[in-house]
Amino acid sequence: MSSRIPGHGGLVNSSKPLTFQFNGKELEGFQGDTLASALLANNQLLIGRSFKYHRPRGLVASGAEEPNGLVGLGEANSFEPNARATTTELFDGLVSCSQNHWPSLEFDIGYVNNYLSSLLPAGFYYKTFIHPRPAWKYIFEPIIRKSAGLGKPTKGKDPDKYEHFYAYVDVLIVGGGISGLYSAKVAAKSGARVLLIEQTPHLGGQASIDNPLIDQGSIAKWITELTKELEGMNNVTIKARTVGVGVYDHGYSLAYERLTDHELNLNGSRHRLWKIRAKQIITATGAIERPLSFANNDVPGVMLASAVRNYLTNYGVSIGDRTVVVTNNDDAYRTAISLKNAGLSVPLIIDSRPSGAGELAKTARDLGIRIENGKAISIVHGKDRVKGISLCDQVGSGTVLEEISCDAVAMSGGWSPVVHLWSHCGGKLNWDNELCAFRPDTQLPPTGVNGLACLSVVGSANGDLLIDDILRVTYEVTLRVIKELGLETNEAPLPSTKGIKENSISAVWKMPYGASTKLKSKTWLDFQNDVKVTDVELAAQEGFESVEHAKRYTTLGMATDQGKLSNINGLAILSESLHKDIPSVGTTTFRPPYSPISMGSIAGEARSELFQPIRKTPMHDWHDKHGAKWEPVGHWLRPYCYVQKGESVKQAVFREVTACRNKVGVLDASTLGKIMVRGKDSGKFLDMIYTNMMSNLKLGKCRYGLICSENGFLIDDGVVARIDENSYLCHTTSGGAENIHSMMEEWLQTEWWDFEVYVTNVTEQFSQITVVGENARRVLEKLGCSKICSDSLPFMGWVDEKVFGVDVRVYRISFSGELSFEISVPSNKGLFLWNEILSLEKEFGITPYGTEALHVMRAEKGFIMIGDETDGTVIPQDLGLDWALSKKKNDYIGKRAHQRLYMSNPERWKLVGLESTDGSVIPEGAYAIGLGENEVGQKVTIGRVTSTYYSPTLKKGIALGLVAYGPDRLGETIQFPTLTNSVVEAKIVSPIFYDPDGFKQNV
Amino acid sequence: MLLLNCPYCNLSCEETEFQAGGQAHLKRQSVGSSDQEFESYLFARKNPKGVHFERWQHVNGCGKWFHIARSTVTLEIFGSYSAQTLSPPKQIRVNINKKLPEWRWESSK
Amino acid sequence: MKRYSSFAIVREAFRNHSGWKKAWESPIPKKKYDVVIVGAGGHGLATAYYLGKNHGITNVAVLEKGWLGGGNTGRNTTIIRSNYLQDPSAAIYEKSRSLYENLSQDLNYNLMFSPRGVMMLAQTEHEVRGYKRTAMANALQGVPTEYISPEKVKELCPIINISGPRYPVLGALWQARGGTARHDAVAWGYARKCSDMGMHILQQKEVTSIISKNGRIGGVATTGGDILCDKLCIVVAGHSGALAEMGGFRLPLESVALQALVSEPIKPVMDVVVMANTVHGYMSQSDKGEMVIGGGADGYNNYTQRGSFHHIEETVRSLVETFPMISRLKMLRQWGGIVDMTGDRSPIISKTPLENCFINCGWGTGGFKAIPGSGWATAEMVASGEAGPLASPFSLNRFKEGRFIDESVAAGVAH
Repeated sequence: MSSRIPGHGGLVNSSKPLTFQFNGKELEGFQGDTLASALLANNQLLIGRSFKYHRPRGLVASGAEEPNGLVGLGEANSFEPNARATTTELFDGLVSCSQNHWPSLEFDIGYVNNYLSSLLPAGFYYKTFIHPRPAWKYIFEPIIRKSAGLGKPTKGKDPDKYEHFYAYVDVLIVGGGISGLYSAKVAAKSGARVLLIEQTPHLGGQASIDNPLIDQGSIAKWITELTKELEGMNNVTIKARTVGVGVYDHGYSLAYERLTDHELNLNGSRHRLWKIRAKQIITATGAIERPLSFANNDVPGVMLASAVRNYLTNYGVSIGDRTVVVTNNDDAYRTAISLKNAGLSVPLIIDSRPSGAGELAKTARDLGIRIENGKAISIVHGKDRVKGISLCDQVGSGTVLEEISCDAVAMSGGWSPVVHLWSHCGGKLNWDNELCAFRPDTQLPPTGVNGLACLSVVGSANGDLLIDDILRVTYEVTLRVIKELGLETNEAPLPSTKGIKENSISAVWKMPYGASTKLKSKTWLDFQNDVKVTDVELAAQEGFESVEHAKRYTTLGMATDQGKLSNINGLAILSESLHKDIPSVGTTTFRPPYSPISMGSIAGEARSELFQPIRKTPMHDWHDKHGAKWEPVGHWLRPYCYVQKGESVKQAVFREVTACRNKVGVLDASTLGKIMVRGKDSGKFLDMIYTNMMSNLKLGKCRYGLICSENGFLIDDGVVARIDENSYLCHTTSGGAENIHSMMEEWLQTEWWDFEVYVTNVTEQFSQITVVGENARRVLEKLGCSKICSDSLPFMGWVDEKVFGVDVRVYRISFSGELSFEISVPSNKGLFLWNEILSLEKEFGITPYGTEALHVMRAEKGFIMIGDETDGTVIPQDLGLDWALSKKKNDYIGKRAHQRLYMSNPERWKLVGLESTDGSVIPEGAYAIGLGENEVGQKVTIGRVTSTYYSPTLKKGIALGLVAYGPDRLGETIQFPTLTNSVVEAKIVSPIFYDPDGFKQNV
Repeated sequence: MLLLNCPYCNLSCEETEFQAGGQAHLKRQSVGSSDQEFESYLFARKNPKGVHFERWQHVNGCGKWFHIARSTVTLEIFGSYSAQTLSPPKQIRVNINKKLPEWRWESSK
Repeated sequence: MKRYSSFAIVREAFRNHSGWKKAWESPIPKKKYDVVIVGAGGHGLATAYYLGKNHGITNVAVLEKGWLGGGNTGRNTTIIRSNYLQDPSAAIYEKSRSLYENLSQDLNYNLMFSPRGVMMLAQTEHEVRGYKRTAMANALQGVPTEYISPEKVKELCPIINISGPRYPVLGALWQARGGTARHDAVAWGYARKCSDMGMHILQQKEVTSIISKNGRIGGVATTGGDILCDKLCIVVAGHSGALAEMGGFRLPLESVALQALVSEPIKPVMDVVVMANTVHGYMSQSDKGEMVIGGGADGYNNYTQRGSFHHIEETVRSLVETFPMISRLKMLRQWGGIVDMTGDRSPIISKTPLENCFINCGWGTGGFKAIPGSGWATAEMVASGEAGPLASPFSLNRFKEGRFIDESVAAGVAH
């Protein structure tokens, strides 16, 4: 059984016991434990079930590479599924549960899949569940979906907060092992600003477990002193619990810091996402040990040798009492030696190499450990935990030489450098036969904006496994990197070390070499996704020869560990099956993130109210207090209408329209785009921007203008006012201000840069209030305006006025068909003026109205609305706006486009008014049908509704629409099918429903 | 996330400060151009696997448009320059040739 | 070809699956084919398949510079829908969707087509109008869709927050017969069937130039030697520009990167596909349990096929707002695909200036759902030499004439 070993465990504090829960059981651990080590200390080896066969699974690793140890953490809305037990720090009150089983972890019905495994080879689902057709949707898929997936998430709202940090440094160092720490020292001594991040809570990495000698002292002391020295330097920042998750284009780096996951009820944000720009990046991300592929290598109790050593050394936990070590390299001997030194039994080291290990073998032998060279594990015995192994020769098919009883197996297939960050941004890899691993190809590094290397690799991430090489290369690489920054140092000399010489690894991709199909069908490559050697072989047999095909066909490496343990082993099996060498089969692409990061951290602070900025006019709070129903228009919020007590939204709109038509309405039109165009070439410029002529507009006058895209489509409209000889104020739609401003800038800067024109978006500088209705002039006069009689201010003119000492500009323009003034006032006086107008409410019957009433009134007048009558495919000619297309001008934006074949096609649908014959409102978006069907069986359409309203003024439904040959067909009726199988019949009429002679706006 | 150098601010800034504006050095075609010329002006775009001249605006900065030469494969940027030119300045071409001796400027027609 | 069935699996189980044949052969190329298709992605393979199935043309080679299905076919978010606004789009996507319904049976390959329903959320008044209009258009196009209320949205997808403070859900366009399929399987299923018809799928053969004489196609030169043909069809998505250049013509195309990501797998929480265009994000849950999330595209030309983080950030931010529960899930993997965008964001299925050379490209962000329909229509064009009714609106001429097919008008930006 797995248990705690007294006197061991450098990271745990046995005087600080903690209680936690696993599957409802109350268990005890120590401060410093991970959830994984604490579970092991409680002999909780079984921790989960695999994805496909629901086989019992125990921990395999001790870090981010762990494929099996996934648990649910926390409770209620703070629950997190699929948390890695190996990277979860234990705290008092931690609540955890296992996943993917029913009814319980110990007894899982899904295990039946294990007995059916021969029916469920790689890709079996592509070959079956085909008939009968509905069965997939209604039977098979629901079953598969239910049994797949891992944790069961909470469906509530996350109570936690998340944040983003930005960092700009000279050197980012990812990884706080000895190479990262030493690299940080070299860089920092040169004066560079250094940020060092480490994914675990502790610095020191693997070396602090193996404890090699350094400068004639212990490595632990060296690490402590170095850390202290770095922490004392003000150009160095060290962040633990922070994992480097991705390197993107031009070296943009992302790190993920877990701030509160290691304690209950810590205040502050849960996770912090770091966005880092470093002039140079150094990754010291270490290496990950590979499993060996032998039969039943997934039985709980089979673990990576380094993990066994880590649990023992750092946490004082043994996986078993009798541990067989199996390896193809020297490093695993350290595990055997550590176990033996802790008083545990190591019945055997199985070394697949005929010549065995070097110095470490001698040490092991001296401790009395039996070593068998050239041997292998044929099969592991046991179901829920290891009971023993069968020994066989590495060559051959696995004939059993000896049965050895044990309760744990420590395996080592060699080490794979963590090259993820190097690869994310395009760094290439080389296969190193000596190392049996991919290592960075330093000739083809990831490059930055200048095309030069932006990332370097040191330590075992670079494939250096001996401490002597690690530190020497770290020193050289770091000096080169700081030289790129124009820095140097000789204040961080290379420490003296003497690593233990090791014999070279020999590639062992399956154990034994000639394993029978029976053995291979029990030999796991990907523990979480249940991919076996036979699955990869089957993929190769069926022609899935590229590694991408094989991965996708078998799902190898697609689990939540992203193949950290399985990719190389799988690739090796694939290349063996194809009789090719590994480099020619290739490697798969590493994709960010290195380890999973919370969606919450990606979203950051921007949630709920802060999700997106809201643009508010100065009168916003007034609207809110007076029942505004809000409508988002771009980032603006505008009142759709003001709902009074006991009133429906519809009733409110009708009330507002009626008030405008009969008395006075006021509208907050501040969101209207306002672009000031100045300079001696302004007229010439606007003649290019607008389809109509603007240069001949008289001072004090306004003109309605259209703007098309270069592709000819109508994109915006609005009123232009000539302010003085060289300035025009261009009004745009509320949603269009930024676009039109940007369009003007673009043409000025990139095409007509010889024009002397300056454009400024002054939308937010001025509030605008529309006063509408036959009493409008009286309201303005009451406010003190004196120049607004129809002689001094005719329709489409403007004057400057003073209202209570405030400068205002009054435009006499109308979008409603009523007598109408728009009063423009500096924004800081917007609310003041609004209140002043509303103070006359009783006297004149003033009613504030919203966007919907505005829309109804403009539709009653047949005015087009950008976004309703236009949709990006409509040209001015379609809307009967030919009058606004200047014939005098040689050129304007969109003019050439209008000359194309299809733009002058007489079949284009044209604007008309539509009235249902029964007075009802024609449904929104309805299409008019013609005769029959087109050649692909669709009903022929001859037009569509673009705006449709109930007109409270005319007491009937009115609509605008685009209809083929519409203006020539006034008086005819056409059919609009609805979605309820009925048809609305509508008469084609003039688009101007109300006051066609324009009498009312001219009073 | 590209790093772009705004030649007006003379600052290297994150891509999110900018907006991309497509191929640079297009010659505007208008009234008088053939259908073919006008179609090319609006739609035919260079789409090289290699050096691409393109327009960017420092939209969340100074607001200026400028041009850059950028590899669409390595993302290396060979320089940025004023949008108020009809062809890339010599220095940019020299920078590109240092890396890609075979490369030649072809105006877009 | 060995038929796939449950029975076959049981039989094979007794002999350790040693009897499974290659899903597709790797034959020695012939000197000449009737038709050469460049690009063994979904669209290219589907074109080959329908050339054989519908037109009896099986002397066909499909050339692929990498591995079949290794491009965008295997990199998308697998959404299948046909609720498009414009008639030509609705026609081809609906053809495609209806072919998907029976494709597993047709190909004897389980593509896991899952018609679980697709909803497109309306979160502004503008979108409400756009989607109501689309529902109206769809009814006349023979595409069953409906405009549904926020309450119905909540009922179909309980994890949506319909009353978000910024963009409450006002309704949705719902296509019950839309859904998802297993993307790789589509390429593999077509490839297997094409190979079975005697067509040659030639992987790792990159076209280096196009052979033509007097403005007429003759064949292609490849890294594996010259291959002659009577007709050539280029179906290479983001790489179309380069091939067109070899053929001496230009295309209104730009290649940009589109971002996607998946979460860690979880037990089922949503049975529908949801697209939220106002906030630029879409999400579904795969059979494996991963939340599959699509996001925005870069605005600049890019061939790197790498993930870029700021688009992901924007997408996830929007989806956390729309689906608050995903906040505590974790992003497992992100990637980028290179999509080819045309001037009006609709595809091109067209003859080219080179006689007997055809092109199918420009699917942008919407290619996966179109694979069967696109293959069907392209095969028809290649076989007869003229575009049929499905393909003809998508000709290259439309750019000259100004006859665009613009889908962005119904507020639908993403596919």
